[in-house]
Amino acid sequence: MKFRRIGSDLKVVYLQYRRNPAALFFSFFFPILIVALFGYIFSGAGSAVTTVVVLNEDQNSPASVAFLAALNNTSVVQVQVVGGSSWTPSNFAAELGSAGASVGLIVPAGFQANYSAHTNVSLALFVNPTDAASAGTAEGAIQGVANGFNLHAADGRAIITIASIHNVGSQIYTYIDYLIPGLIGFTILTSPMFSMVDIAASYRKDGIFRELSLTPLTRSEWLTSHILWYIVLTFINAGIMIAFGVGVFSAHLSIGLGMIPFLLVGTFLFVSIGMLSGTVAKTPESAAIIGNIITFPMMFLSGTFFPVSSFPPWLQTVAHVLPLYYVIDGLDQAMLFGNWNRAALDLTIVLVIAVVVFVMAVRFFRWRDS
Amino acid sequence: MPNAIEVRGLVKNYGTLRAVDGIQFSVAAGSVFAFLGPNGAGKTTTTEILEGLRPKTAGDVRVLGLDPWTQGAELHQKIGVIPQDFRFFERITPAEGIEYYSALFGTHPDASAILSRVALSDKADARYDTLSGGQKQKMGLALALTNDPEICFLDEPTTGLDPAARRAIWEVIRSLKREGRTVFLTTHYLEEAEILADQVAIIHHGHIIATGTPSEIISAHGRPPRLRLAAGPDVAAFVQRTLGATATVENGYVEVVVHDKDESLRVLSAVQSSGLPWSSFTTEHDTLEDVFVRMVGRMDDGALKSEGAT
Ligand SMILES: Nc1ncnc2c1ncn2[C@@H]1O[C@H](COP(=O)(O)OP(=O)(O)OP(=O)(O)O)[C@@H](O)[C@H]1O
Ligand SMILES: [Mg+2]
Repeated sequence: MKFRRIGSDLKVVYLQYRRNPAALFFSFFFPILIVALFGYIFSGAGSAVTTVVVLNEDQNSPASVAFLAALNNTSVVQVQVVGGSSWTPSNFAAELGSAGASVGLIVPAGFQANYSAHTNVSLALFVNPTDAASAGTAEGAIQGVANGFNLHAADGRAIITIASIHNVGSQIYTYIDYLIPGLIGFTILTSPMFSMVDIAASYRKDGIFRELSLTPLTRSEWLTSHILWYIVLTFINAGIMIAFGVGVFSAHLSIGLGMIPFLLVGTFLFVSIGMLSGTVAKTPESAAIIGNIITFPMMFLSGTFFPVSSFPPWLQTVAHVLPLYYVIDGLDQAMLFGNWNRAALDLTIVLVIAVVVFVMAVRFFRWRDS
Repeated sequence: MPNAIEVRGLVKNYGTLRAVDGIQFSVAAGSVFAFLGPNGAGKTTTTEILEGLRPKTAGDVRVLGLDPWTQGAELHQKIGVIPQDFRFFERITPAEGIEYYSALFGTHPDASAILSRVALSDKADARYDTLSGGQKQKMGLALALTNDPEICFLDEPTTGLDPAARRAIWEVIRSLKREGRTVFLTTHYLEEAEILADQVAIIHHGHIIATGTPSEIISAHGRPPRLRLAAGPDVAAFVQRTLGATATVENGYVEVVVHDKDESLRVLSAVQSSGLPWSSFTTEHDTLEDVFVRMVGRMDDGALKSEGAT
């Protein structure tokens, strides 16, 4: 590896790029366009129905189920019962934060027993103070249903009460907050994929790789300069989208060093995938098809435009096998939730896939045909 | 002088097609070698094997003492190549291309000198995709010169060039030779080979059918020189009868085979003193092209006949 050669190849890549109006559009104008479009469509729209995430500790007893059903029927809130090992009362607030929920409710164990015995039972309500509207709506709805139950059971004595009100995280996450990491993931995917697939296939067809094989430039130097180039583009794109999202749509993002590894490793991954697809294809046309087959499912199903947690379960399963999911989830963890353990896991997954694909791309990529 | 290129028993198969069938030749360092042959004869295949762009099927190939396929990296420092269909990055200019190659090779050529040498100075800053076909070829030649090569491989460097540009490339090839470089050239322009080449090899269907200097090939395979008179058949009959020379008649001309200038003078003075009418004369020599067309044509006729017989 010689830096002089990588540097001079990088310059050619840059000149080729700078003189290509379509590429310029996709790198600079497209991110703004897409943030503006999605941000505008969804910002402030905030759904009229507030979702209340419920942890039912009373083992789905008839009384608790009836209570939640009544709550769901109020039509101002929507009950989403969660369970599983990750949801415990002690980390409920944090999990609500990661899931992007602004209202949560814990129905305690013994709800049914206490209610039948007419002894006091208190619900724990979690709200996000910055989302006062949702908090108010939810509290009102829950209080109303509790009043109904109390009236029915004991002439209106306060049996079911809302005891403690806890805060969910420190912020409310709006759609735009999810959108920015998702769209950064989107460009990490699309900008190298679409051009590397084409470059790999058409440079081979046009004999440009043969031409380069007559120079001291090595294949890994060539790949390195392309990876570096797309990393530069990714940073520019991400910068534009963050600035636009924060400046115009007041997205709440913590812009720290934490996102950088994802920009690096994510780009490394998709340059390698693009290279591999373009290399194994026989013609530029079939390369484009392979590239699209890989790109399109990821473009929509990895949490780019909508959080994966809002998908039906089977689609979430699909999302979990897509490498881009881990890039975007990692960006979410790093930029929104500050959940570093999960971010580190995501990063490891992306890195492992990237290294495997890179090694395969170098292995299959030939300057000259034999 | 040592040989820059040594080829022995070279064979190249593409699947079942044998494109090169056991050829043998060598190129002396510092000479210009022209590789001729009709379309599909195996010129590009051979050239690419010498450049290390293609593996051979069998045989022994040495270029500057190196095996081009396995020692390509070392060889590529020392050779310059223009492929038959040179293509480059669409949006890069010749000046940038030279800068790029210099950085890759770690050389420091004078870019403007190279560009003026290949007569491309006026297009130094024009993107590749805006260059004409001939200008693209010149850009390829310019790039091939950035690493100060010992051998230049030029696969049809003048195809598609206008006559002036072709002569400019000839001048470049001559100057490369003056600088002591070896030039390996393929071309379909036989006069080009005749003018430039020290040695010529003609390949046909993967076999070398003639090698030598242009004049050696002409004297070995060409017809003898002829005196061409604007005269009638009676002159032909007279020459045959009185001098015993071979004469043929062809729409208003008589061609008499003459082996040297004395014989030419004898024929001319005999015809002049015979009183028969004649107006002018020229001397006719086979060119490399005449020889090439006759050899290749004859072999193809032969091939057709033997195919018809089976
Ligand atoms: N990659 C390839 N795969 C299969 N056959 C090939 C390949 N390249 C060349 N051939 C065949 O090998 C033979 C020699 O081709 P080659 O390109 O060496 O000819 P050439 O002498 O350079 O012809 P031209 O004057 O047209 O450039 C031809 O019959 C051609 O069809
Ligand atoms: Mg050829």
